[in-house]
Amino acid sequence: MSSSTVDITPSKNIGKAPLPWSLWFRQIRAIFRLETEKNFLGRRSILLYLLALLPIIPLVLLAPFTPPGREWHDFTQYNMIFAVFYGGFILRTVVFFGCAWIFMNLFRGDIVDRSLHFYFLSPVRRQVLVIGKYFSGLVTAIILFTATTVICMLLIYLPHFPSESSRFFFDGPGMGQLLTYASVTILACIGYGAFFLVVGLFVRNPIVPAIVLYVWEWLNFLMPPLLKKISVIHYLNSLVPVPVSEGPFAVVAEPTPAWIAVPSLIIVTALVLILASYRIRHMEIRYGNE
Amino acid sequence: MEEANVKSEIRNSSSEIVFDNVSKFYGEILGVNRVSLQIAPGITSLVGPNGAGKSTLMNLMTGLLRPSRGTIKVLGIPTDQPEPLFRKLGYCTQFDSFPRGVTGKEFIKSFLLVHGFDRKKADELTLTALERVSLVDAANRKVAAYSKGMRQRIRLAQAIAHQPAVLILDEPLNGLDPMVRAETIALFRKLAAEGLHLIISSHILHEVDMMSDRVILLNNGYVVAEGKVHGVRDEMEDRALQILIRCDKPARLAARVFDKDHVVEARLHDDKLGLFVRTRDADGFYLLLNQVVAEGEINIESVAPVDDDLSAVYQYLIGSEGNSA
Repeated sequence: MSSSTVDITPSKNIGKAPLPWSLWFRQIRAIFRLETEKNFLGRRSILLYLLALLPIIPLVLLAPFTPPGREWHDFTQYNMIFAVFYGGFILRTVVFFGCAWIFMNLFRGDIVDRSLHFYFLSPVRRQVLVIGKYFSGLVTAIILFTATTVICMLLIYLPHFPSESSRFFFDGPGMGQLLTYASVTILACIGYGAFFLVVGLFVRNPIVPAIVLYVWEWLNFLMPPLLKKISVIHYLNSLVPVPVSEGPFAVVAEPTPAWIAVPSLIIVTALVLILASYRIRHMEIRYGNE
Repeated sequence: MEEANVKSEIRNSSSEIVFDNVSKFYGEILGVNRVSLQIAPGITSLVGPNGAGKSTLMNLMTGLLRPSRGTIKVLGIPTDQPEPLFRKLGYCTQFDSFPRGVTGKEFIKSFLLVHGFDRKKADELTLTALERVSLVDAANRKVAAYSKGMRQRIRLAQAIAHQPAVLILDEPLNGLDPMVRAETIALFRKLAAEGLHLIISSHILHEVDMMSDRVILLNNGYVVAEGKVHGVRDEMEDRALQILIRCDKPARLAARVFDKDHVVEARLHDDKLGLFVRTRDADGFYLLLNQVVAEGEINIESVAPVDDDLSAVYQYLIGSEGNSA
């Protein structure tokens, strides 16, 4: 049996060989496929589906009735109803804990299942493994939670004021708001995803740091402007189309403009992924001690 | 001349697995200590009791663990370079775990795709690997429904699927029935004959004895002895060698040999048709036997060393029963 080789992009430069991008791309695709299948069809995905359905179920139940409360009878209040529902429930709870579950399990789940060594015994650069796994988690989170966001928005508007809602979405600002909320959800998945991926690599029991971050994000409105910036929710709140009042005790800070908020989140995510790559490069497999 | 030596050393180190003064500590606990080895192609077995350091040595060889001190190179490749290393190395660990929900075929193929093979090549290699471990018929069944022996074989198939030059197998015969065990040993021999390095750890000493070109005996994280089984035995010159002589007059032979200084023990076999002799000078004893044969008084049928096997070597060196390792 001879040692077999994998086709790597041929070297055209004499001296320094070019980086094997095509091989890395194939490897990322293979890892992505394996992991995405696990994310959607694995035993752990049940909790994820329940979480994604959590905000949809009450809205489905409420759809045939107009709930009590003056605001539900006034169509102009609906953008605020959804803004509160989105910020307080979908973004801070569903997306947050959904990302925690998906991304912390990308490596931690394999360690618990004692199957991470199969990746470590493959000729894969560990950074490539981090990227493949992160993208699989990201796509899973984006598909589930943008779907939740869109369905919830439609379920709030359409059943109660069908004709006004259809004008709102097709002739008014509705479609723009819908796309903006979906984009904020995607950014939340990017930011929280990177954070929880790293937490899953460094901490044996990731529940504790998840709760600490959850409290930190909820208390963000009380923090001074400088501390506000050390959170994901501050940047996300700056991007939502309908700002929500944070109450009389809130410390008011200027929202970060989108041209700063979006690149900042992406840069921080990239830095966190570099940290994850460093950690995974130096990681040993000792399941007995996990 | 010196340049030739250097070249020869470089050539050798790129075809061997080299441990250079390697130690591994888990906090304060010793994994292995000051291990220096050069492992040539063929079948090499790691033998030792639980906690001796066998799996640590294998995990160090494959980069799953990093040495606290020293360096390891597999065919000239440092173990912290997964890309070149795992094109040449396959490792069948003792972890009886798999990614959830996969079939045998999917398990092998998916990691070949992770290697970077295209789908056609991955399919081809998957089939070859399944054939080698006789699991083609069960390829489309879920691994979770496999018997222990089948799970062992599918892990072996996954380790050999990319056709590595070095194959490391941690307790590969565990859970296999005798028939499959024999087939697997035959497969190991075939792979070794094709020029592969096979590093095998096992508790079943007589099988190690049967299939190994050389052994590395470990105890408490130290290499106690290494080399060919018989060579290791020869190194223990201070130990008496036990020989069984099958003959028609064992009692008479006992009286004949017992007055020699190098004979430390002579004991009749239970069936009274043989004599166990323990001697410190095997060559001297064989000369004496030649004389006895020449005299024609005692009819000697066969002469065989009885403790030249691995179990005996193990017992001598480590001071415990080999079979309980």
